[in-house]
Amino acid sequence: MISVKNLCKEFDGEVVLDNINTVFEQGVVNMIIGKSGSGKTVLLKCLVGLTAPTSGEIRYNGRNFVGLRSKELSRLRRDIGMLFQGSALFDSKTVLENVLFPLDMFSRNNRRERRKRAEFCLERVNLLEAANLFPSEISGGMKKRVAIARAISLNPKYLFCDEPNSGLDPKTSQLIDELIYDLTKDFSMTTVVVSHDMNSVINIGDKVIFINEGVKEWEGNKSEVMETTNEKLNDFVFASDLFKKIRAEEEREKVIR
Amino acid sequence: MKYNTDRKGHKKLLRSFERVGEYALLLKRVLAVPDRMKEFMKEFMKGIYFLGVNSIWIVVIISLFIGAAIVLQIALNIDSPMLPRFTVGVVSREIILLEFSSTIMCLILAGKVGSNVASEIGTMRITEQIDALDIMGVNSANYLILPKIVSFVAFMPVLVVFSMFMGLFGGYIICLFLETPSVETYVYGMQVFFRESFIWYSIGKSMLFGFIIASVAAYFGYTAKGGALEVGQASTNSVVMNSVLILVCDLVFTHLVMG
Ligand SMILES: Nc1ncnc2c1ncn2[C@@H]1O[C@H](COP(=O)(O)OP(=O)(O)OP(=O)(O)O)[C@@H](O)[C@H]1O
Ligand SMILES: [Mg+2]
Repeated sequence: MISVKNLCKEFDGEVVLDNINTVFEQGVVNMIIGKSGSGKTVLLKCLVGLTAPTSGEIRYNGRNFVGLRSKELSRLRRDIGMLFQGSALFDSKTVLENVLFPLDMFSRNNRRERRKRAEFCLERVNLLEAANLFPSEISGGMKKRVAIARAISLNPKYLFCDEPNSGLDPKTSQLIDELIYDLTKDFSMTTVVVSHDMNSVINIGDKVIFINEGVKEWEGNKSEVMETTNEKLNDFVFASDLFKKIRAEEEREKVIR
Repeated sequence: MKYNTDRKGHKKLLRSFERVGEYALLLKRVLAVPDRMKEFMKEFMKGIYFLGVNSIWIVVIISLFIGAAIVLQIALNIDSPMLPRFTVGVVSREIILLEFSSTIMCLILAGKVGSNVASEIGTMRITEQIDALDIMGVNSANYLILPKIVSFVAFMPVLVVFSMFMGLFGGYIICLFLETPSVETYVYGMQVFFRESFIWYSIGKSMLFGFIIASVAAYFGYTAKGGALEVGQASTNSVVMNSVLILVCDLVFTHLVMG
């Protein structure tokens, strides 16, 4: 469980995150949604400590993350897996070596066990046959899956994903959503997913947090998202024609009934 | 902070002080015992391979030609009955040992391998690979930069000694063809008044330059921001900065050690 209290972030006096309070629960997929430029990535980077917040608290199971000394920080980070928007695979290493890397760095198991674990993770994302290819030789969707395999290789307690399905076709994007969902349930992780794809919100958003211009506007679950009366969230959700149609359909059914 | 336009120079000066501070802070993170010795050795061997295999040819070719040119120039220009002919060998040897192989060779390598290190690390920065390392709890500065520094410090002297031999050999070939001075006189000149300490001075200098090239290039790459354009800029900046530092340190080092 990660709790965020009064989190603020400014860049040169420009407020990007304004007093965010929320809780990311364990064993569920927590989704952060919002328009482009609303501060989702900055929030995620604050959560994992890649940027220091201007003020506020971030607690991992009660332990304050802000201002931790680097030794403790790196220990805590071994429990964190992160999927970057651009996958961030090491391009001098093969797919298997990428997944092996965190194990080689931190696992106390012997070589054979580490390899077995890496292969298990690749199997989990259905990419064992690509083990010896380099990142430049595989597609964007495959890269994301490799990045997921790498992120879960050390059995993290926390998984962070920045737009896991941006730039992917609907089918692949759904595959990745389901993968994240299953992994979260299987290993009871605290998963935080940044997205602006309403499909994934409906698919896997156990808990949804809507950020608008750096302010937390709304939070709830996926079924509540569709029925909300919050103006700004409505604007966001029903910006796409498809969802407008769905909404109209629902209204009509209500009238008929 | 706001600055008037007439204080632009001021701002630049401040920025360069800031950079020195950043560089020092980065070095502090780099100079730590590696988390995993095996991973360190892997990266270290990569650095050696990179310097050794990829740069040896440029060292051979440049040293041969410049060595030949130095001997040729000196043979043509020191043409006085007051000086014995073997002077050509002595002077060429000192130039090659003291300045050409250690300083000029390092300047060239700063252009070749320095820019490469800067763009490699810079690319890792902008594609978030460094963030990925940090997230895993790896000390990214230590993991990426220390093996480069250590391999450069260890291998630069090898290249420099190699370059000395090649430079002198280039001169030898010239003497074979032109015969002024004759090969025997040139070889005699190469050996007479020889001081071993000059070799050690050059080796020491090349180790210093190896450290500068690797750490400065890595600094520019590590602090790159933005996109591919900025990585290119970082790599160019690293070469400029490395060249200036090598030239200045050459003077300071020479003054301290030989003076
Ligand atoms: N390092 C930085 N320095 C200055 N401003 C920044 C920095 N990073 C982000 N910002 C600003 O913070 C705001 C929020 O950016 P952020 O990247 O969090 O948006 P986002 O919600 O992730 O958008 P998108 O969906 O397009 O990824 C933007 O206005 C951006 O200009
Ligand atoms: Mg973003």
